[in-house]
Amino acid sequence: MIRKVRSHLSQNEGLIFEQSSPGKIGYQLPPLDVPAVDPAEALGAAQVRDGIEGFPEVSEVEVIRHFTRLSTWNYAIDLGMYPLGSCTMKYNPRINEAVARLEGLAWSHPYQPESLSQGAMEVVAHLEDALCEITGLDAITLQPAAGAHGELTGILLVRALLESQGNPRKRILVPDSAHGTNPATAGIAGYGVQNVRSNDQGMIDLEELSRLMDDDVAALMVTNPNTLGVFEENIIRATEIIHAKGGMVYMDGANLNALVGIARPGDFGIDVMHINLHKTFSTPHGGGGPGGGPVAVKKHLEPFLPVPRLKRLSDSLTWDYDVPQSIGKVRAFYGNFGVLVRALAYILAHGGPGLRNATVDAVLNANYIRHKLAPYFDLPYKRPNMHEVVFSDDRQAAKGVRTGDMAKRLIDYGFHPYTVSFPLIVHGALMIEPTETESKQELDLFIDAMISIAKEVEEETEKVTSAPHLTRTTRVDEVTAARKPIVRWKP
Amino acid sequence: MNYPESYRYTKEHEWVSLAGDTATVGITFHAQEELGDIVYVDLPKPGAQLAKGDSFGSVESVKAVSDIYAPVGGEVLEANELLTSSPEKLNEDPHEAAWLIKIRVSDPNEFNNLLSAADYQTYVGAES
Amino acid sequence: MLAACGLTSADELFGQIPAEARIHGPLGLAPGISEYEIVDYFKAKSERTSNGYASFLGAGVYSHYRPVVVDTVVSRGEFLTSYTPYQSEISQGTLVTIFEFQTMICQLTGMDVANASMYDASTAVPEAAMMAVRITGRSRILVARSVHPEYREVQRTYAKNQGLPIEEFGYDAGTGQIDLADLEAKLDKQTACVIIQSPNFFGIIEDVKKAAELAHAHGALLVFTFSEAVSLGLLEPPRDADIVAGEMQSFAISPSYGGPFAGIIASKEKYIRQLPGRLVGQTLDSEGNRAFCLTLATREQHIRREKATSNICTNQALIALMGTVFMELYGKQGLRELATQNLAKAHYLGSKIKPHFSGPYFNEFVASANGKSPEAINEELLGKKIIGGLPLGKFYPELKDAALLCATEMTKRSDMDTLAEAFQQ
Repeated sequence: MIRKVRSHLSQNEGLIFEQSSPGKIGYQLPPLDVPAVDPAEALGAAQVRDGIEGFPEVSEVEVIRHFTRLSTWNYAIDLGMYPLGSCTMKYNPRINEAVARLEGLAWSHPYQPESLSQGAMEVVAHLEDALCEITGLDAITLQPAAGAHGELTGILLVRALLESQGNPRKRILVPDSAHGTNPATAGIAGYGVQNVRSNDQGMIDLEELSRLMDDDVAALMVTNPNTLGVFEENIIRATEIIHAKGGMVYMDGANLNALVGIARPGDFGIDVMHINLHKTFSTPHGGGGPGGGPVAVKKHLEPFLPVPRLKRLSDSLTWDYDVPQSIGKVRAFYGNFGVLVRALAYILAHGGPGLRNATVDAVLNANYIRHKLAPYFDLPYKRPNMHEVVFSDDRQAAKGVRTGDMAKRLIDYGFHPYTVSFPLIVHGALMIEPTETESKQELDLFIDAMISIAKEVEEETEKVTSAPHLTRTTRVDEVTAARKPIVRWKP
Repeated sequence: MNYPESYRYTKEHEWVSLAGDTATVGITFHAQEELGDIVYVDLPKPGAQLAKGDSFGSVESVKAVSDIYAPVGGEVLEANELLTSSPEKLNEDPHEAAWLIKIRVSDPNEFNNLLSAADYQTYVGAES
Repeated sequence: MLAACGLTSADELFGQIPAEARIHGPLGLAPGISEYEIVDYFKAKSERTSNGYASFLGAGVYSHYRPVVVDTVVSRGEFLTSYTPYQSEISQGTLVTIFEFQTMICQLTGMDVANASMYDASTAVPEAAMMAVRITGRSRILVARSVHPEYREVQRTYAKNQGLPIEEFGYDAGTGQIDLADLEAKLDKQTACVIIQSPNFFGIIEDVKKAAELAHAHGALLVFTFSEAVSLGLLEPPRDADIVAGEMQSFAISPSYGGPFAGIIASKEKYIRQLPGRLVGQTLDSEGNRAFCLTLATREQHIRREKATSNICTNQALIALMGTVFMELYGKQGLRELATQNLAKAHYLGSKIKPHFSGPYFNEFVASANGKSPEAINEELLGKKIIGGLPLGKFYPELKDAALLCATEMTKRSDMDTLAEAFQQ
């Protein structure tokens, strides 16, 4: 039975271009307080364009209605649980938004004098210190704009260190359970990728690792807890194998929400890792960004961090560009500062004990789901999980229903789907991460929905395979979209 | 499905037919079925030199990409332009109209060493 | 809940973590504080900045008015707290806004296709260069010295690790525009692309057509970048470029000490499959209604893994949404009027302080004071609560006596007069 939602009217809304009519305006500019300038005269007629063809002309209320109507077509954390595995869709506290908009922070220019930037730089310094403490690493850059960007930065740091030792090496080891960004990053950084097969428990296979590790391997990229949501219990031994032959261990921090306050990557042999501020530290996903991807390192990688580094002087802070071994800049200015403000607000609100509590709740929530759903869905790997749990659709596939179908049916129950078909090492994966945000009530609604869907698979298969039924947009034709791409409006 | 007897096949699910020293290469019915709705085909330009086993292009469905490997070596003579505008033909007629490329074969023995229609169908049967 | 999991204590949840990997004791972070205290903390930080100062800084980050409606829209939880729109049925809101964004970026730049946004221009430019490398099969990158110095630095970081040779070409000391002779001399058969910016870092408008002709004559692509998007309200779009990679910060995105911003990448239609990042396409749902979805995903990292066109997976959706709302509010007439106001303000300032270069400029220009260093002028202005222009010595040693001055619609005439006095004294 569907308990979380029932349907209500949803407004239709066209594209803004279809509502445009000549002469309508939605802006106001004050009169000029200086003499007007004729563009053609100042710039040359050839440099001046005619009006922007096709650009909309609408009023302010039309703009407000347009976006308000569109917004109601979205699912959001503010509407309910977002069980996307590996995405850590937790509540985005509004205090973060408020403080990021404080004028002195929002309107600080990156090139304003340092004497007028100390407040902003103190925010950066405070966050740097907190993230080093949380990860157990020695130094950090907040410059990377997102997780994948942080990954690239991290691998460039590894390359720079190895190069300084005379040989950048050729390959990077990536477990077959890894996120797709890991091999993509290794490729962009100029390395070959070698896949490491997981063992029958879905864990790093130490024998396989020893066999593959040689003097050509620059680094191992691991995710811990791994993408099955399981802590790599042999992680310390694995890092020793890599270190013994001069390699580095990179950790994808996508799953850091399982570790904060419990275990620190720096303590279990990690040399370098990125952190997703938009996952672990609650900055909003915003429909796909912005993110923040700080990269934390052990001492030996510090000399290579991007410029500028924030330098602590006795009575002030300064940006230090004199870092001879630095890999250079990976982004203009100092990173996604506005995102950093939000992440720091989250850390301040929680404090050390609060962060640990959040981790405990996140892991407890995932275990609760696991225990409640285990009778209904196949658990391919039976190790104790941490912040997320991965089922397979094996039982339902026998009825011709796949993980993607059940995910779409979950929409009718008022939830966003879980992560579908990832990790690749699980056949037909259902990857569920509740985060600490969800109350027992919301979790129970979700669990009921999943059990109800499992029953529908048995009794009303077609209802599941043709879902969703209650959305204003039904299943979309992605095939035609890809065969004959229409990626812009035309009159 | 009809797997023409005169064609030869590979374990990577390509087919080859040979006329003189010109080989026509495509992907098999089984391959397109596994891929699902094909949305894009990436093929080499005429003149490209291929060795047997080289990846010469790719076939894309909405959520997967498969590389295609040269079953025989030689020079690319022609790529099937039909697939640029109508990739769906690869789902509809993989063994005829939706061939991928024509190659001037450098070593005809490479053709003879490939799988027969019967062997390929046995292989596909065993695989599934 | 513990009991339902068959556990007696929360600690058992972490039993699989080996003891030597566990933290023993609390994190070295202070206990949590209340909302009121958090506001207090950040207010104190906010006050230790440029709050209350007028500013003549531009140089890639511009102060433009942000209409109130922008924050009204992006504060809606349905936009703010939603994930990347992979699940089309419950993400049509975000998908439509991105489709409109892509359309308006095309209209603005004169390109055929645009993606859903990039991190910022500094990272979009190297992505555009990598695109050109894939398209041409060549490896060498030529970049104008008048491109934003930080974009060039990021480009160098990327190019170095891809093994792509990169070389710079100069600017004309008189006009401040690219030195076409130097460009021509440096073009060769290995050159994948030429990167230029307009208005360039000095605020000078380039002759895009000529640069494109030179690049194309040598089989290279022209990559065009911009940091001041408002200029496109007035300036001829870079139709002759092959790829455009630029910065949307001017469109209602606050300076925010350098980020988050939103970059764009747009190109000619034939390069659509080489575009990095996400793309939204139009299609139908099973009931025949118009619908939108992410498309051409096979270019991306989660499918192609090590063969992906780029490793990026987030875009800047919420920031791009600010730009989308801004473009729709200002619209056809407003963007032109806004750009014209910027032009007028900067040219008023230019009538008081003589520009160093003779090329046409939009809303910023380079200037020097006779015998006074830009640092000294700026020091003096700070006392009047004015932040002067950017001293250029750090990026261009040959221009160490000059500063880059910017005026926008927000710049007051009285402040410009004060600045001019400081330059003249």
